[in-house]
Amino acid sequence: MSATPQPGERPALTVTHLHKVYGAVTAVDDVSFTVNRGEIVGLLGPNGAGKTTTINMVLGVLAATTGSVQIGGIDISKRRAKALARTNFAAVYAPLPGNLTVVENLRFFGLLYGIRSLRSRVEALLVQFDLAHLRHTKCGLLSSGEQTRAALAKALLNDPQLLLLDEPTASLDPSAAQLIREKIRGLATDNHCGILWTSHNMNEVEAVCDRVLFLSRGKVLLEGNPRMLPHEHGSATLEDLFIRVAREPLSAVANGVP
Amino acid sequence: MKLRPIAGIVLRQIYLLRGSPVRVFPMVTWVAIDIVLWGFITRYLNNVSGSGMDFVPTLLGGVLLWDFCTRIMQGVSTAFLEDVWSRNFLNLFASPLSISEYIAGLVITSVLTSSVGVVVMLVLATGVFHLQFFAMGLPLIAFLMVLFVFGITLGIFASGIVLRLGPASEWLLWPLPALLSPFAAVFYPLAVLPHWMQWVARALPPSYVFEGMRTLLAGRPFPGVLLLQGSGVAVLELLLAAYFYARVYRHAVRTGLLARYSAESVA
Repeated sequence: MSATPQPGERPALTVTHLHKVYGAVTAVDDVSFTVNRGEIVGLLGPNGAGKTTTINMVLGVLAATTGSVQIGGIDISKRRAKALARTNFAAVYAPLPGNLTVVENLRFFGLLYGIRSLRSRVEALLVQFDLAHLRHTKCGLLSSGEQTRAALAKALLNDPQLLLLDEPTASLDPSAAQLIREKIRGLATDNHCGILWTSHNMNEVEAVCDRVLFLSRGKVLLEGNPRMLPHEHGSATLEDLFIRVAREPLSAVANGVP
Repeated sequence: MKLRPIAGIVLRQIYLLRGSPVRVFPMVTWVAIDIVLWGFITRYLNNVSGSGMDFVPTLLGGVLLWDFCTRIMQGVSTAFLEDVWSRNFLNLFASPLSISEYIAGLVITSVLTSSVGVVVMLVLATGVFHLQFFAMGLPLIAFLMVLFVFGITLGIFASGIVLRLGPASEWLLWPLPALLSPFAAVFYPLAVLPHWMQWVARALPPSYVFEGMRTLLAGRPFPGVLLLQGSGVAVLELLLAAYFYARVYRHAVRTGLLARYSAESVA
């Protein structure tokens, strides 16, 4: 399941020594990682661990105190527009404007991303995400599952090299969540897209992610295969490991103390 | 700047108007009420003054020009507020859209939306109250441009305030034209203002425009100096407003305000 980078291929995302400090609070503390093309990396951690702060810095809406973010080898602080043209995202806390219809939203964001042949791209995404019958429905009137599909369709408008998904299945029923997971898994394989995924559903992470990073108090504490990591650190399941990371001192978990 | 992202910002506003035609109502209503109200006031003043002075061009013309400037400002800030109300900043600014493209989109949107109100004002003022609006010819166009630039300046400045102070500061935005109007000398010469108010007025391009228009209406030569001064102040303030907005945006990116911009947030 793990993606192997092709020779000479730049990672979809390279984060190097990223720091974010708010006054006396260090929200992100020397975080470094990569996401390869075709790979799904889970960014895990308790509330306040620094996941969303990291994602916001990758998206260019939050400036890093120090460190760098490169998308497809392009530094976002130096060539923001070019870097962001290669990425996209979907997050439950950033819904599409509810007063525009599905097709209007896709055309609006398609123009922002400078998509050529926009009409045909929008039509293809409407079919891909089973939204064709909802094209003229305002996004604010869609169900949670439909809104997630619409947000994913928007996130794929520019055929991104890097896709950031912040709890994409958080408000979905198990059946809808499974369908979305399959679609996202397909994106990594078929579109050769690197995906950074945050979720609090450890079963989902185990099923979908090739690799996970545990963040705690702004630091990357653990990194590895989600199916192997619990056993390597003396936990029965990924969920148990998550709970330990959330509750125990950093050094105890990193050293594998049971 | 790229054209597609700018077109996107404009298209979004067209979609909003198409999807909810009731949004056209305030564009038309307030300006129509202003023109009708001031139209009858000028008509009454013409009847009772006995001075032979025609109040239509000075008062009704003044209302029309000041409303034009206000509509431009509100066109920019309302288009910006659409993103505040729909919590769309993260989607917008995590895209390749640049700040200059965003502002260009807001300005073009404002031109389109405010032109609806301007057409209504012109039809009412000329058709019902016989205002000879274009009788002044080219100078009028030049002065209109100054007001247009100042309207954009106010819109950018007001949007920057809301971005910096949070959505609740929207309530600071709406009275802004009313707060400035006593200094703009729309209906009276600058000379009637107290000394300190004249100094404030000189910092506002509309005061040059309305002084210039009164000079023309009095049959005196074209006030080229006033036009130049007004244009200079307008361009300078536009640059300052753009600088202010860019500073606020950078602050919002640095502090995380942009990423977590939500109701009542103040950073």
